[in-house]
Amino acid sequence: MQLYYQPDIERMSYDEMKSLQDRRLKEQVAHVYKNVAYYRKLMDEKGVAPGDIKSTEDLRKLPFLTKDDLRDAYPYGLLAVPLRDAVRIQSTSGTTGRRVVAFYTREDIELWSECCARAIVAVGGARDDVVQVCYGYGLFTGGPGLDGGSHKVGSLTLPMSSGNTERQIQFMCDLGTTIICCTPSYAAYIGETVEEMGARDKLKLKAGIFGAEAWSEEMRRGIEAKLGLKAHDIYGLTEISGPGVSFECCEQTGLHVNEDHFMAEIIDPVTGEVLPYGEKGEIVFTSITKKAFPLMRYRTRDICVLTRGTCSCGRTLVKMSRLMGRTDDMLIIRGVNVFPSQIETVLINCGFQANYQLIVDRVNFSDTLDVRVELTPEMFSDTVRKLETRERELRDKLKSMLGLYAKVTLVEPKSIARSEGKAVRVIDKRKI
Amino acid sequence: MTIEQLSVFVENKSGKLVQVLKTLGGAGIDLRAMSIADTADFGILRLIVSEPDRARDILRDAGYVVILNSVLPLAVDDTPGSLAGVLEALSEAEIGVEYVYAFVAHGKSRAHVILRTTDDETAASVLSRRGVSFMSAGEILRTQ
Repeated sequence: MQLYYQPDIERMSYDEMKSLQDRRLKEQVAHVYKNVAYYRKLMDEKGVAPGDIKSTEDLRKLPFLTKDDLRDAYPYGLLAVPLRDAVRIQSTSGTTGRRVVAFYTREDIELWSECCARAIVAVGGARDDVVQVCYGYGLFTGGPGLDGGSHKVGSLTLPMSSGNTERQIQFMCDLGTTIICCTPSYAAYIGETVEEMGARDKLKLKAGIFGAEAWSEEMRRGIEAKLGLKAHDIYGLTEISGPGVSFECCEQTGLHVNEDHFMAEIIDPVTGEVLPYGEKGEIVFTSITKKAFPLMRYRTRDICVLTRGTCSCGRTLVKMSRLMGRTDDMLIIRGVNVFPSQIETVLINCGFQANYQLIVDRVNFSDTLDVRVELTPEMFSDTVRKLETRERELRDKLKSMLGLYAKVTLVEPKSIARSEGKAVRVIDKRKI
Repeated sequence: MTIEQLSVFVENKSGKLVQVLKTLGGAGIDLRAMSIADTADFGILRLIVSEPDRARDILRDAGYVVILNSVLPLAVDDTPGSLAGVLEALSEAEIGVEYVYAFVAHGKSRAHVILRTTDDETAASVLSRRGVSFMSAGEILRTQ
């Protein structure tokens, strides 16, 4: 059985990896400085020249990029190649009203696919496998990422996208799917439906690759029991490429970072200081191979720990722990990034006050969002029809802003719990 | 032609209605008529009261979302089919009924109907032409 997609990289000694990174980082900084005016300005302001970056030790001299920079530079400000060389756009669900778009050259897509191929091979995938991709296709990176990986491996690829669960299961049974890729909550939901349909015996699943949202060890064991497979985590973000920035191996104790493409650092989120291996902090990525949208020291706001060593699977790629939280108030609901501030903007645009509360829950393995907003006399009416129209308008605007269905509940003034005078904005009841 | 109705937003939770009524009762506000429209999450309590302005201020100060709005107070013969005749006239004029509630006062031969339509102004003239009589706030408050 094939154990690694690119064994020479995945099992590379630390010294070799470091010299590969040294070279790639140097080239990348020169490329970015030359072609991205936005980042050149940041480097100039910090007094760093491309010549100052000679090896990976110098990475910390470079300025950070944040989500705010992506917003300021929207849409083309961070594009590092001529438009004619970019062949693809992927996008996030949008934050504070503006989407993040990422660009890819043909070569960037190849590299991204290779990263996903490593993840598929790491769970035992090979040419003989049938890989069912039930992540959404489209602007969301989940579907296209794993689809590309599966093609690289040479597996038979089923581009199902998400939804229509009974049909998903029908295909799994008929075509003998061996590997599925989707969000963990959707995997759990598929598991439930398999049970209801009594289809467990017809399944040939052996492994699952589940990412794009936080999940627990308990949830993993539940999915494994229901679907009769081994469940693996995968991590990624559109800004850096998509799924496949890091992936879990058979050991299931953390995710190997594809560090020949994405250099990882852990920083103190307050001071920005780089922390040693083993310490918990914000993970920061630098793209050292991507050409179209190469972000340098991009702050993910995800909290985790990095460890270096040789894994029992044989890989030497640096390992990141399961995510331990966020440095901001971002919520991930059904795989969609949601900031309370986005919802606040919609409320105000609809004529409501910013007195609201978000209740997030997980019902039947699917996330729910209830936006509770305090009613004002100006928004009140003596007729049910008008109030329901207001609720519907709000729901529609939230849907188009977030790309997510949210329930809207009108509540009495001052009924939203306040602690020390400050309203509690988010109640996340999900047990992850 | 119109009188003031108090409309109060109440969440669909037990005890909410009692709180509103107690607040008004405690301030000596007399209820003449009442109806509730309810949905899964909230209700709209509609009240015809003595001293509507004072009642609104009391509830507003107690933290409620409350508004005063005009409604049509009709006096309809307390005989079978008379309310149907009123509504039919509105329907012919293509005026929709938002809500309607009625109450019969003791010892009176006419029922009192509170009506809110999609176009109260036109509704009032249509009904006047049909000979429907309107009550004043004073009349409603005197009925007992």
